[in-house]
Amino acid sequence: MIPSPAQTLKAHQEATFNYRHYRATRIFRSILKYAVLIILSLSFLFPLYWMVVTALKDDPQVYTLPPILIPNPVHWENFIKGWTFRYNFTQFAINSIFRYGLPVTVFTVISSVISAYGFSRLRWWGRDFLFLLCMGTMMLPWQVTMVPLFITYKKLGWLNSYLPLVVPSLFGAPYFIFLLRQFFLGLPEELSDAARIDGASELEILLRIILPLSVPAMAVVALFRFLGAWNDYLGPLIYANREDLFTLAVGLHRLNIAATSMGTTGNAQPYLMAVSTIVTMPVILLFFFAQRTFIEGISMTGLKG
Amino acid sequence: MPQKITFQDVIKNKSERRRFWLGLLFVSPWLLGFIFFGIYPLITSFYYSLTRYDLIQSPVFIGFDNYIRTFTRDPRFWTVMFNTAYYVFLSVPLSTIIAFLIANLLNTKTVGRSIFRGIIYIPSIVPAVCTAMIWLFLLNIQYGAVNGILQSLGLRAIPFLSDPVLSKPTLIVIAAWACGGSVVIFLAALQDVPRTLYEAAIVDGANAVQRFFNVTVPMTSPVILFNLIMGFIGAWQEFTLPWLLTGGGPAASTEFYALHLYRNAFQNLRMGNASALAWILFIIIIIFTVVLFRTSARWVYYSGGDR
Repeated sequence: MIPSPAQTLKAHQEATFNYRHYRATRIFRSILKYAVLIILSLSFLFPLYWMVVTALKDDPQVYTLPPILIPNPVHWENFIKGWTFRYNFTQFAINSIFRYGLPVTVFTVISSVISAYGFSRLRWWGRDFLFLLCMGTMMLPWQVTMVPLFITYKKLGWLNSYLPLVVPSLFGAPYFIFLLRQFFLGLPEELSDAARIDGASELEILLRIILPLSVPAMAVVALFRFLGAWNDYLGPLIYANREDLFTLAVGLHRLNIAATSMGTTGNAQPYLMAVSTIVTMPVILLFFFAQRTFIEGISMTGLKG
Repeated sequence: MPQKITFQDVIKNKSERRRFWLGLLFVSPWLLGFIFFGIYPLITSFYYSLTRYDLIQSPVFIGFDNYIRTFTRDPRFWTVMFNTAYYVFLSVPLSTIIAFLIANLLNTKTVGRSIFRGIIYIPSIVPAVCTAMIWLFLLNIQYGAVNGILQSLGLRAIPFLSDPVLSKPTLIVIAAWACGGSVVIFLAALQDVPRTLYEAAIVDGANAVQRFFNVTVPMTSPVILFNLIMGFIGAWQEFTLPWLLTGGGPAASTEFYALHLYRNAFQNLRMGNASALAWILFIIIIIFTVVLFRTSARWVYYSGGDR
């Protein structure tokens, strides 16, 4: 048999292969790779590290040159003082979680699951066209609907309340509908068919068969939606812009304005960083506890587009 | 393969009609939302864009004056367009390239890969307000750590956020700090590339760079395209970071489109003008997305046959 060009090439490579040289380059590459990865990781972590470290310093330590990397003494009380010294952040936390985050998350999951079921597990005329419309709305900038919605909410007397932020979540979110639809499409059709033969209604199939299998996908939606609310700044800025309604995000910005006016006095910067740390921590903890959900969810959104 | 359902079926066939209404019933949460929070504001927004409206007196119809004014007499508009385009065209490709390279680095046999991945990912989920607070503090000209280090090394402090030339690049760097989401997406895409392709390329004598450009990039190009599109759409609407970090300054050098629009609407109460700006933005985004999709046929490889 005549060897193919590829085989010839391989044979040639094997004959001229310098094992020592090969191993040296491999070790060198490996060292280089880990060096790059470690430098990258440090530079990605440093801003967060600096936030936490500053939260534990007092003013003299903050403004020392060269910068102090490890605070001594450590001022744990900054977390409590910063939390209360200017604004009542407990109220803001209640607003962020119970008036905004949780209701929006629950409503989004329920309404998106129902809509996604109609877009995936049922076959009906017009479905694909409507789904295309649904995806198209993701291109719509929020600024386009902002003005009319603001005017409508004003007429309804909804300004300075959480209604403009929560009510829309009753109507599904295209992004999450897309995500859930992808997941539902991956479940075998035979499951539904068997139930249909047994006389189950579509609602029963959704509740009894599809939902128990979709917990991972629903966890992704819940996680991302809650984080979205937790991190949202613009929504509360427009609609819940009164001190007793501030979310943590808006409150933190207000604290920054106060801290800036105090400059380098009164432990303003450590307090600000302490509150920033408290607002960031739940997100990071959530990531550590739900790392797989995060990674799967984000991979899901990007891959099957 | 199930047959395609036609409109005739829905009219004639009773069970098909039932399925149609059942389907509509299930998607009704989205459909109602689409009408109330999509179509209705979309149409009224266009109407408002043709009016002068300050929320107090009722809207006055002025035709296309808002659009003409924006293009010819709004002293800020072209500055804002330049700023936003600068940001969009540098930030999105840069973040995408960095994310793609990091993902490739992590896609090799790496000890502690999930730890590195986690570290790179975390900044992208830090609340934007916290991101702004951290970087404001880090880059502060008087007492920021970055300038502190520079000064300790005997260098001069750099006014990252308070210099009109540096402000936009600084924002781009801060945005790149939060590129971890794309890294995770790219990494998942890279892991889906069949190993046999790399083996075949090695047998054919392709070196690492050739393998990267002839296997890795084409095989992940649909995901790259998706990321670019979402990135561009997001970047045109970027609000929170510039609003909190620079407030549009210094000298309006970071006054981006969304900031200009927000000011028009809620600070100057020019709802009509703001609506016109929103429509211009909408059209820009549509053109952008369509162009990206059209040109993508040339550089995006779909393994599922002829697209």
